Amino acid sequence: MHNFDFVKPSSIADAVKAMGQDGAQALSGGQTLIPTMKQRLAAPSVLVSLTGIKEMQGVCMGEGGLHVGAATPHAIVAREAKSHYPALAALAGGIGDPAVRVRGTIGGSIANNDPAACYPSAVLGSGATVVTNKRKIAADDYFQGLFTTALEEGEIVIEVVFPIPEKAAYVKFNQPASRFALTGVFVAKFASGVRVAVTGASQNGVFRWTDAENALGRSFNAQMVSGLTVDASEMIGDLHGTPAYRANLVKVLTSRAVAAAG
Amino acid sequence: MPKDHGIGASSKRREDVRFLTGRGKYTDDMAIAGQVHAVFVRSQVAHGRIKKVDTSNAAKMPGVLAVFTGEDFKDVGGNPAGWLIKSRNGEAMREPKRPVLAHGKVRHVGDAYAAVVAETLAQAKDAAQQIADDSVIEELPAIVDMAAAVANASNRVHDEIPDNLCYDWGWIEDNRAKVDEAIRNAPHVTTLELVNNRLVPNAMEPRASIGEYFPGTGDYKLTTTSQNPHLTRLLVAAFVLGIPENKLTVVAPDVGGGFGSKIYHYGEEALVLAAAKQLARPVRWTAERTESFLTDAHGRDHVTKIELACEKDGTFIAFRTETMANVGAYLSNFATVTPTFLHGTLMAGPYKVPNVYVNVKTVFTNTAPVDAYRGAGRPEATFSLERVIDKMCRELGLDPFEVRRKNFVTTDMFPYTTPVALVYDTGNYHATLDKAMEMADVAGFETRAAASKAKGKLRGLGLSTWIEACGIAPSHLVGILGSRVGLYDAATVRVNATGNISVMVGAHSHGQSHETVFAQIVADKLGIPEASVEIVHGDTSKIPFGMGSYGSRSLAVCGVAMAKAVDKIIAKGKKIAAHMLEAGEGDITFADGKFSVAGTDKAKTFGEIAFSAYVPHNYPLETLEPGLEETAFYDPANFTYPAGAYLCEVEVDPDTGKVDIVGFYCADDFGNIMNPMVVEGQVHGGVGQGIGQALLENTRYNEDGQLLSGSYMDYAMPRADDVPFYTVDYSCQTPCTHNPLGVKGCGEAGAIGSPPAVVNAVIDALHRGGFTHVTHIDMPVSPSRVWSAIHG
Repeated sequence: MHNFDFVKPSSIADAVKAMGQDGAQALSGGQTLIPTMKQRLAAPSVLVSLTGIKEMQGVCMGEGGLHVGAATPHAIVAREAKSHYPALAALAGGIGDPAVRVRGTIGGSIANNDPAACYPSAVLGSGATVVTNKRKIAADDYFQGLFTTALEEGEIVIEVVFPIPEKAAYVKFNQPASRFALTGVFVAKFASGVRVAVTGASQNGVFRWTDAENALGRSFNAQMVSGLTVDASEMIGDLHGTPAYRANLVKVLTSRAVAAAG
Repeated sequence: MPKDHGIGASSKRREDVRFLTGRGKYTDDMAIAGQVHAVFVRSQVAHGRIKKVDTSNAAKMPGVLAVFTGEDFKDVGGNPAGWLIKSRNGEAMREPKRPVLAHGKVRHVGDAYAAVVAETLAQAKDAAQQIADDSVIEELPAIVDMAAAVANASNRVHDEIPDNLCYDWGWIEDNRAKVDEAIRNAPHVTTLELVNNRLVPNAMEPRASIGEYFPGTGDYKLTTTSQNPHLTRLLVAAFVLGIPENKLTVVAPDVGGGFGSKIYHYGEEALVLAAAKQLARPVRWTAERTESFLTDAHGRDHVTKIELACEKDGTFIAFRTETMANVGAYLSNFATVTPTFLHGTLMAGPYKVPNVYVNVKTVFTNTAPVDAYRGAGRPEATFSLERVIDKMCRELGLDPFEVRRKNFVTTDMFPYTTPVALVYDTGNYHATLDKAMEMADVAGFETRAAASKAKGKLRGLGLSTWIEACGIAPSHLVGILGSRVGLYDAATVRVNATGNISVMVGAHSHGQSHETVFAQIVADKLGIPEASVEIVHGDTSKIPFGMGSYGSRSLAVCGVAMAKAVDKIIAKGKKIAAHMLEAGEGDITFADGKFSVAGTDKAKTFGEIAFSAYVPHNYPLETLEPGLEETAFYDPANFTYPAGAYLCEVEVDPDTGKVDIVGFYCADDFGNIMNPMVVEGQVHGGVGQGIGQALLENTRYNEDGQLLSGSYMDYAMPRADDVPFYTVDYSCQTPCTHNPLGVKGCGEAGAIGSPPAVVNAVIDALHRGGFTHVTHIDMPVSPSRVWSAIHG
């Protein structure tokens, strides 16, 4: 790790200002950034911690659904979202291990947009809104491919607002080593329709499986998925699974998520 | 009732007091005044010619004290191979020099070609990066695949070795024609091609070394993560740096796991010593996890074709094995014996098969060196045998339990000489199989399978009946086979004047519980409390000699040396007692900590005798030296032969290919048991590693020789929820006939016996689910591979 300066602003305005410095990098839970820095693969000159800003912390019901502060650790979401949005709480409670869950945050996760992270599937699958210091971004516009988002340079995620579905569930199949999602599927049934978001599987990051959404919109039943096929050509192939295997998992896990959602 | 102390008691591990409370003292915990930091510059390419290593900029950077390149060590010795193996044609193996730092060429990703010593770690890292930036390494095509390495004589890991072949070994060459003939004429032959997957050892504590030099005396000290401090001293002193052995102390303090990888001497140890001499300051280095992945000696990595010839009723006629063994870029210390004498000699298994022949071609590649890893050769032999037997049973529709029974060496046949030249002294293979089947409730399996089926899962049962040769090893025999060292061990028992005891043992303990179990043995034999016995290990300045802890040899070799030293103490005690009690030496008996005159109530306690030895006022000084300290070296007469039967029960999810191990049953014969709790722990750990190999651990280099699974993001280690609750039994005991403790060794058993049980269980589950086209899946049997096999 190289030397760096560290600031911990207590307001969004101060954070935005600090982010204007040369070589500044936002730090939330540090679950990706710190290991990267330890390996000297990243060397920001200033780390701007976002964990000291009150309005970025915590979980509460409000306008548009459940508001989750961007700097809220997974363990807090797992505990405090449980009564409002059990599927989201369960997803948060299944990320990494206890050490990861007390440090890692939803804002850090979706700003990084790791293709195998769990949270992007919940945000996209719920049709959530990503609120930044500048604007509100619909989930469908926010995720733009591997490690790529709609965020601009220096833009900070403040909170994520989740509409509460009638039913939802997240089912993931662990990559055996990292225990990130080898594939994970978030299914949410709203009065207006069904959303199915898949993480871990595609070369383009989290995506909506629209065929399944349409089928499940007709009838929210695991059987509805059985006749569908998933195109393997855009799936990831690596040490842990072939594209065909991941395509299979998308289907199997979607069925299981629908069954779990009840 | 179980014993509460001494031999056979489950005494609590005394080392856990420090290990479980964070008070262990590991190499990296040692802070030495004036210490400075070494960082290595490692190759980013698998194969390259070193055109330029320019250290001039780095040398001028802040805090930099010294820089080293391969040029600095080109005139000192290489790190040698411990065994000289001969090819089938009688030629000696090819033995390229393994330098302290790469010179001329780099031969695997992570191969160190320069090093920096600086005041701080960060300064050393900066300078190391500078050297990397200022160096020119011309990348050459990487040699990764073994078959291609042998076929392409123009691309060479070592320029002087044309076909990248270390040796082409046959065992036993005289069997070859007879085995070929038997297979040609056999009513049935089953053939299986398989891979024994390469494993990264992943000791929790990474390798670390601190070199010190004391200018006032000319002494050196190396504190290092070693399973084998005396071997390291020998190699560094006599072979690499030319330091007199008596001027070098090697200390291996608490060591956090080795599994084989810390048996060997590594170049980093020589570098920190050489740098300490040059700077007259302590020089330290601790591997980062990436360095561990790239440079610790890996394990396994065999590609094998095995043929099993048998009668239609499953009676074995012959086994023939052709293996290619990957040795990596350089010969690590035991690399040449692992795929040969630790593998080929076990290819008869516990079976009375008349014809066995093994051919092993050991191949250099641009990958990390490969050497012994828990089990070392014997897991590879067991996996090949137990998988091909399983396949044969399916082909012929035979019961795998009955086939084993039909072919086992029976108890009336011992000592039994195998066609591959081992002499099994004792065993009872039927007993362990019966025990395993009883524990696993094999009779109730169909009911459980039906229950699994009802919830969409496929249940399978897999069997492995294994044997190993350990307690390594008789020196005269290994000398004939090519070992360059003896394989005895040594212990000193020092009775202090106040009657408590220090025992200096050659075997190093890094998880094996020697400090507890060895004390139990000494205390039991002397009739004193275990707390009165302290075990000292891991310091060449304190202990007489040792050949290290590996090959399940600590108890069966060093433990026996210790027991013999205790016997000498008792013999001397009898002489002292005879004098004090005014009796003939032949009339003195020793029991329960007392020397007594037979048939009288005259007696002296062990403590009184010890005191008299050190305060010899009433003592036979004319005929007996004062003091009470004895040393024994023990060279075993034969290997020991632990054996057992393992049953694994799995559930397979056919939709995802996920395998869950729902039961694992071990019936082992380890001979006499010193501490049952420790034995269970060893079996749990070994089986856990075997399950890791079978289901999870996937070491993969790409065609450029880059390690794809070089971190825990991609290298899957078994975690608590990957393994079941184990059911372990060691009640089938046939004590070893040639050592006085009757012990065989239990450290490697679990890792040897378990992988084929797991894979056999998965194949069984798939067949029961109707996927009978699946005859084999290579390890790790990952969800993706299972699913692909089902749909393949």
